[in-house]
Order: sequence, then C-alpha cells, then structure tokens
Amino acid sequence: MGEASWMEWLVAALLLTGSLFALVGAIGLCKLPDFFMRLHGPTKATTLGVGSLVVGSMVYFSVQSGAPSLHELLITFFLFITAPVSANMLAKAAMHEKLRREARTRGEPWDQ
Amino acid sequence: MRRPDRWFPHPWLTVTLVIGWLLLMNSLSFGNLLMGLVLGSVIPWLTHVFWPASRYRLRVGKLVLFVARVVTDIVLANLQVARLILGPRRDLRPAFVNYPLTLETDFSISVLASTISLTPGTVSADISADRKWLLIHGLDVGDEVALIEQIRLRYEEPIREIFECSTP
Amino acid sequence: MLDTVVLICLGIISLAMVLTFVRLVRGPDLPDRILALDTLYINAIALIMLLGLYLDSNLFFEAALLIAVMGFVSTVAIAKHLLRGNIIE
Repeated sequence: MGEASWMEWLVAALLLTGSLFALVGAIGLCKLPDFFMRLHGPTKATTLGVGSLVVGSMVYFSVQSGAPSLHELLITFFLFITAPVSANMLAKAAMHEKLRREARTRGEPWDQ
Repeated sequence: MRRPDRWFPHPWLTVTLVIGWLLLMNSLSFGNLLMGLVLGSVIPWLTHVFWPASRYRLRVGKLVLFVARVVTDIVLANLQVARLILGPRRDLRPAFVNYPLTLETDFSISVLASTISLTPGTVSADISADRKWLLIHGLDVGDEVALIEQIRLRYEEPIREIFECSTP
Repeated sequence: MLDTVVLICLGIISLAMVLTFVRLVRGPDLPDRILALDTLYINAIALIMLLGLYLDSNLFFEAALLIAVMGFVSTVAIAKHLLRGNIIE
C-alpha cells in the first residue's frame, strides 16, 4: 500500500459508504410492504452504493499504478443511466399486472 | 441510403464515442485517440438514419451546473431514503402523483423522468400517450402540490433552459 | 487496513445479497422477483469490484461491465415480456 495513507482513508470511506447504501437498498427491498414502495430501495440506494464503491476502486487503482485509471467510471455512468429505465419498465409491468398496493396509497395508477 | 449532409451529422455522439473508447481502452495514447476518432466519425455516419434530427444546441455551462446539482441531490436524497427505509414503516405516506409536463421534446422529457427516478423518494412510472402527464410514485409524499412545485423549479426549468430554449 | 475494510465490505454486500435472495424466493409476484434479480446483479458488480480490490488485479473490470450490460438488457427484456407478451414487436 505504501505511504499514501490519505488514499487509504478515502478508499475505505468510499467502499464502506457504498456497501452500506447497497445494504440499505436490500433492506428496503426486503422490508417494505408493497411493490411500488420496494421499487425505491434498489433504484436509488443500490445504484448510488455500487456507484460509490466503483469510484473507490477507481481511486485505488489510479493511485496505485501512478496513472489515472478512469475506466471504472463507465460502469458508474452505465448504472446511473440504466437504473431509471429498468425502474420505469418494472413499474409499468407492475401496473399492467395490477399488483396489490398498500391501502393508504393516495392517487391511482393508470390502466395499461 | 440517404447521405448525411455534413461530415459530422451528430457532433455530440462523436464526442461521446471518442471519450467512451478512450475510457474503455483506459489509455490516452495517440493510436487509441486515432482509433476513437475513426469510430466516432464512422459510426454516426453509418447510423445517422436511425437518429432523430438533433437541431437543438446544448448549453454546456448550464448542463454542468445541472449535473452538479443533481449529483448533490442524489447523495442527499439517498440519506433521506435510507432514513425512510430504516425508520418505522407506518410513517410512510406513499402516493401516486400526476405531474403536468410542460416540456415538449421526447429527449428532454426522458431526461426529466430519469432525474425524477434518481432523486428524493420518487420514481417516474408512466407517461400519458399525449406527452402531457407523467405518473410519479412517491415513497413519502406529504403534499402533492409542493412536490410538483419542487420538481418544476428544481429540475424541469433547468432542463428546459439546457435543451429547449434554442429549439428553432 | 484496506484489506480489512475490503473484507468487511464483502461481508456487508453478501448480507445484502442474502436479503435480496429472500425477496427473490418470497415473491410474491413476478415483478418483485424481477426487481430482486435486478438488485442481485447490481450487487454482483459490487462483489466483483471488491474481489478485484482484494486480489489487487485490474482484470475484473471487464467482467463487471459485462454483467452490467447483460443484466440491464435482461431486466428490460423480461419486464417487456410481462408488459406485452412478446419482446420484439
């Protein structure tokens, strides 16, 4: 690891926050009562969590090899671009299947 | 096949392809730059019939500001969503909200929908056939009108300034 | 220090994957299971990146990128299948 200890702290912080957010996303997926609420956990928390984890890996390899290693950014970009699309498709599919939703939900979903 | 009327029919696609190629190769050598430029000019040229006409100009300065704001919002939103998820679930107030769109082009609407999906406690679920309404599901909505107003001011107006003002 | 942190993170991500797997098994409906699969592949990306850090190798990047691409395409394909009954119209 060498002398660059600020790098270690930065990478460790990024990795830990990232995996904690991924855990929060999974808890949300497991715990929330209906599908539309469960959709929120993975689309936001998991995407950000894995994004920050990947950035942590990028910082580590950049400092370690001495040259900037930016290609991990592609994964982060890709995740952030695709997460809303798959959430949208899943929400449409769920409305099409007329999934049960919590009784206290205000407003109505549309017919598909 | 219809021939493109310019050498670079889609300059932003070219820029994206070159940057993407350099990132994928993970080096900035002359050879890779050349290969990226070749790909970035050949691919838009071959596929230009599939792309919608891009007449709008991009305002790069405002785009950078907008991206910075959205990234900050995403991080803050995630702290908020984490608090909601870990807190007691009786307190959640889920709701479907109909959001009246004022944007007009398909591209800016999809940018807005993606932004909504990534920021505080909202997922965009559907769009009406006439492109006038967006259906949003919120995890914890206290006040629908306030939510609509917030999205309008924080995201829709900047997106309009970036993409739509210069539409002829 | 970093080795320990990577190990802790591997543990946390594995826990997240177990929770996701619980949702995958419990369902109760198809969209729930697709959502769980979607989350599972995103977590797999995290797992692979962490493995790359742990083994100090940059070679895992391509695998992670491939999983990201294939996962997204398959999620959209299955959701589309649920929605319309066929994938390519």
